[in-house]
Amino acid sequence: MSEYLVLIYENEAAWEGADAETMGEMMKGHQVFGERNAKALRGGNALESTTTATSLRRDPSGGLLVSDGPFAETKEALGGYYVIEAADLDEAIAMAGQIPALFGGVEIRPIRVFD
Amino acid sequence: MLAATIRVTGDIDVGEECVQEAYSRALTTWSRTGIPRNVGAWLTTVARRRAIDVLRRQSAQERLLPMIVESAEDATSSEAERTNIPDDRLRLIFTCCHPSLAIETQVALTLRLLCGLTTSEVARAFLVTESTMAARITRAKKKIKTSHIPYRVPTAEDLPTRIDAVLSVVHLVFTTGHTAPSGSGLMRRDLVERALELARMLRALLPSDAGVTGLLALIVLTDARQRTRTGDDGALLLLSQQDRNQWDRGAIVEGTELVREALRHRPAGRFALMAAIAAVHAEAPSWEATDWPEIVALYDLLLVAWPSPVVALNRAVAVGIADGPEAGLRALDELATEPHLSTYNYLASARADFLRRLGRSDEARLAYEEALLLSENEVERAFLASRLTELDD
Repeated sequence: MSEYLVLIYENEAAWEGADAETMGEMMKGHQVFGERNAKALRGGNALESTTTATSLRRDPSGGLLVSDGPFAETKEALGGYYVIEAADLDEAIAMAGQIPALFGGVEIRPIRVFD
Repeated sequence: MLAATIRVTGDIDVGEECVQEAYSRALTTWSRTGIPRNVGAWLTTVARRRAIDVLRRQSAQERLLPMIVESAEDATSSEAERTNIPDDRLRLIFTCCHPSLAIETQVALTLRLLCGLTTSEVARAFLVTESTMAARITRAKKKIKTSHIPYRVPTAEDLPTRIDAVLSVVHLVFTTGHTAPSGSGLMRRDLVERALELARMLRALLPSDAGVTGLLALIVLTDARQRTRTGDDGALLLLSQQDRNQWDRGAIVEGTELVREALRHRPAGRFALMAAIAAVHAEAPSWEATDWPEIVALYDLLLVAWPSPVVALNRAVAVGIADGPEAGLRALDELATEPHLSTYNYLASARADFLRRLGRSDEARLAYEEALLLSENEVERAFLASRLTELDD
């Protein structure tokens, strides 16, 4: 057996603007997906929008560069992920800053909490 | 007051609402009872009590609160209120100037939440429409809330870099006000005042921080010359043409004292060095009697503390005055390939000035024309145009 990461890419504006019915259908769809594949699922989360993202890079002298927004470089590709728990963004930055992303950087996105 | 209320609510929007309610309650209560002796304390107390009410209601609904940093009970005593207010403002400025927000957003939030500018005033400072600015601020508040940007003073380990981010924001507010990027006036007094206010606040909150002291010194010393930067007709006056008798002596004494204090910290930071340069100018009896070699030496140190093309340009200009226009031109030519300076009108205007003094009028004319193309401030443009006319005479 092998493990795979499945990434969901969607138009954020459409997502934010969707009506209750569409959202309901989508939630239902995810629920059905989860039930059908319960044995194979190792985890999954919805993310907050890219406007809440923070990106980290190393500058040439080794300092941590913190910036607003998602990781937008097209040269670099998604290469892995960690799910971490932190008290706040400062703690998350301190932890994510230790990740040795030598050939790029990391992006921090809050995991969406549904009320 | 807003900062103190936000500490209780843990949420900027709710905090703002509570403060607004306090104001409207003040109108009705004061018309009945008269205006209280300490207006600020009255409003803060009402806003915070309102905030505590909101919190209780929310916790009754078992709502998840994003950023509570202190229990509501602790905040009720008036003793705690008085002593915590400075800390609250400090917490708030670190939230507004968090590096995970874009720098223009940091400036906007600082002006909005710490300086109390309205959204439309902030929009005017950035030359964008009110709705654009409102959207930017809403997005920023959402990011603070959902990504849990903390509302607290950073740890000792993080403090130096985080203070530097705050200082950059205050400096940007000041430079934007000091030479407005576009428009009819050279300065935007309101922004200069806000920057001075913020720097004084930081100095009161972090009295032993050399960077804070250096930045306050820089603003005070630069602003001491504000009255003489333009003539009666609004035209730009160079440092060499300004009437030094009109400089604010009180501000120069204060600023110079602050520079001395900031420079005791080694190595000297960028703001302390910039302030030291401003102090050398402020203390010189005339343009000719200025200690130019000292200024070049300070720029050399500044270039190490803050390797920026703009600093290199200013250094080259100082070299041209200390060692003659030919030396200055050589220093400028070293910067000709610097991509950040290619659209910077001061490089062209500095070249133009050195060429003019060397009698190379044709080249000077080309350089003035280039500077004119790159400048959008009308006062600066008028100055450049007058130099061009002089060349033709």
